Amino acid sequence: MTAPALTTPGVFRTCDVTGRKIHRQAELLVRANAVTAVVALLIGAIAALLLVLTRWQAVHLLPADWYYRLLGVHGMNMLIFFIIYFEMAVLWFAATVLLNARPAAPRFGWFNFGLMMVGTLMVQWAQWTGRADVLFTSYVPLRAHPVYYLGIILFAVGALFVSLQFFATLTMAKRERTYEGSMPLVVYGALTAAIIAVITLVHGALIYVPTLLWSLGIIETVDPQVYRMVWWALGHSSQQINMAAQVAIWYMLGALTVGAVVINEKVSRTAFVLYILFISMASAHHLLVDPGFGPAWKIANTSYFMYMAVLASMIHGFTIPAGMELGMRLRGFTQGFFGWLRNAPWGDPGFSSLVLSVSIFGFVGGITGVTIGTEQINIVVHNTLRVPGHFHSTVVSGTAMAFMGVTYYLLPLIFRRRVAFWGMAKLQPYVFSLGVLLLAMGMTFAGSFGVPRRHWDISFSNAPYSVEFTPAVDLMLAIMGIGGILAVTGALMFIAIAVKSVFFGERIDAITRGTAMVGVPQGLTHPPVHPVDADAKNEALHAPARGIMGPVPGTIVLVAIFFIAFVTYYFTNWKLLSFLWKIG
Amino acid sequence: MLTKVHTGLESVPGVWWKPAHKSEKVWVGIAFVWCMILFAMMPLWHWKGGQNPSGIRRKVDPKAFYERTVAFAAQHKIGEDRGVPIVAPPPGSHIYLTAMAYQWYPILQLEKGKEYVLHLSALDVNHGFSLYPLNVNFQVIPGYDYGLRVTPTASGDFRIICNEFCGIGHHTMVGRVIVVDEQGDVVADNAGASLEQEGRP
Repeated sequence: MTAPALTTPGVFRTCDVTGRKIHRQAELLVRANAVTAVVALLIGAIAALLLVLTRWQAVHLLPADWYYRLLGVHGMNMLIFFIIYFEMAVLWFAATVLLNARPAAPRFGWFNFGLMMVGTLMVQWAQWTGRADVLFTSYVPLRAHPVYYLGIILFAVGALFVSLQFFATLTMAKRERTYEGSMPLVVYGALTAAIIAVITLVHGALIYVPTLLWSLGIIETVDPQVYRMVWWALGHSSQQINMAAQVAIWYMLGALTVGAVVINEKVSRTAFVLYILFISMASAHHLLVDPGFGPAWKIANTSYFMYMAVLASMIHGFTIPAGMELGMRLRGFTQGFFGWLRNAPWGDPGFSSLVLSVSIFGFVGGITGVTIGTEQINIVVHNTLRVPGHFHSTVVSGTAMAFMGVTYYLLPLIFRRRVAFWGMAKLQPYVFSLGVLLLAMGMTFAGSFGVPRRHWDISFSNAPYSVEFTPAVDLMLAIMGIGGILAVTGALMFIAIAVKSVFFGERIDAITRGTAMVGVPQGLTHPPVHPVDADAKNEALHAPARGIMGPVPGTIVLVAIFFIAFVTYYFTNWKLLSFLWKIG
Repeated sequence: MLTKVHTGLESVPGVWWKPAHKSEKVWVGIAFVWCMILFAMMPLWHWKGGQNPSGIRRKVDPKAFYERTVAFAAQHKIGEDRGVPIVAPPPGSHIYLTAMAYQWYPILQLEKGKEYVLHLSALDVNHGFSLYPLNVNFQVIPGYDYGLRVTPTASGDFRIICNEFCGIGHHTMVGRVIVVDEQGDVVADNAGASLEQEGRP
């Protein structure tokens, strides 16, 4: 097949805002994956509401069997289907739209989308009919119906193929010279996500294929400890796909909303490489109090290796706000330390999503994650509510929030519709973030008292021996419950906005620069362009005479606060650990 | 000479491998040193700290482990609570606890300040050992024997909550650990628990 010329009418259209060439098939693939992601989000959100109203012991809504069943449904729909379909959309978007390129083998892309869809439906069927009550982790020897495992395998294979198509698209774009020089940093981040996706999905196959054979009775056993080790190379590494994709989206939202610049390509790209090299080993932190591994193995994998990935996140934690600060300063917002923040477009849901996502991911998710992933501290954390407390503040208020934020830009740019319920859209990031923050806080503090995760009844009414938690736990669970309701409200607001915009939204024919439009974020109507003398201003801000504070004094203050919070939380946990029985 | 001002959405022409600003270098340096401290804390705690998940680890046949537990329980049984034997092994000995859906077997009675080697394993599926109210947690996996040296530092009537999903009755799986002080008195800090002990020492 010969490559269609870039000017072929009907194959490419030119975006009137960004001037980019957008391939019709790529655009449709982005849309299909994004819409499916939102459907999965809806299922996951309804399950979330029922679950949180069950864990809130004062309400205790669901019966036990439906609690455990929906816990599995919630896990699969949120962590796998919502996030990975959205990431497929991000991969198609980054490889084609951002590079003005055509997609590699779009028909194969549709085949893979179909494969993932079949897998999704198989998993849903098995879960909803009670044939896979094994929760998200499906630790053997708990056994699910073979259709469940097969569905996951088909889904993973489809996603793996799309990742390979992403590489092929990048290669074609390079060869066809659709862009000059090195690929944009956002595409580099998406490439990182795709590479980690391959590593992750191969591990998924390594564990789910034997488990499928075991569930069919073809092989006799799957070792439960080996299962846990390899499964987490899927289960946790897939969160690193999210993280790389989310960081790429942070760079993208920064650029779109406030004209964030890349402070130093070397530093940011090196940080992405650190993710690729070291993040897979970090999965070992799920096995810190497992019997199968010695301290040397645990320490080597979770510290030497994981901390190099932590280093990468701390680097992005600097370069993202620094890029935003410098972008704003170059555009004239130079007042004091935080004039750039005061003058930022807080009413733009893309911008507020970005700031909330970065802050909660860093301050709550990041700090708690590194701390509880420490070999010994894990003794007081493993399988308590502190664990979901941690990962809701990473994957929900971090990743999901970033994905929602970028959707407010994708709706006008890719779906070419106004964002519906515009007033509600401006509010949505705040409602969602506050909800998840309360949820995560409630879970974290309840877990500190030893409240287990994945547990239907912590009043232990049918247990042989009574267990009574301190009344403080009731308060924490109430905070979790209220936060959960708020978070689900935020998610439903997002879903309503997305569905209304996509299917019934007002079509946009042209976006006029300089005129505010209802339902179009300010970053599109008033693009944050840099002045013509930006390079000279940049040199001046970098001048040695400005000292260490240099071009980004505000960011330096912010990361200093972050660092103090990190150190304090970390050593407080060691102190609490030292009060326990002697164990070794 | 800095790279031309550009966003993460633009491709970068030319060479972008350029020195970072001092503030960036310092932050990366601080972050790196901090990561090394995070690393050093773990070996340091193995050396100086009192709480480590090291243990004696080996593979074991789940049925053989359960039989070992039953024999151990019979040998040191001093009473019974709701059908589960209360077992008082001598300090310093190896003690056994089997997790199975949905029970912890047996009930252990330990002495405060004495060291035991607590062997944990499961008969059927994964379980989670969570000692309440101390909040000490370990993964219990069928086929693996996790021998942890434990020294109770406080007396009381403790619970073991299962905190790994093990089936539909998971939330009813609660066990007991009793720690007696120097006088040998059980300190029942949980009024809801009824003790039906016979032949207590």
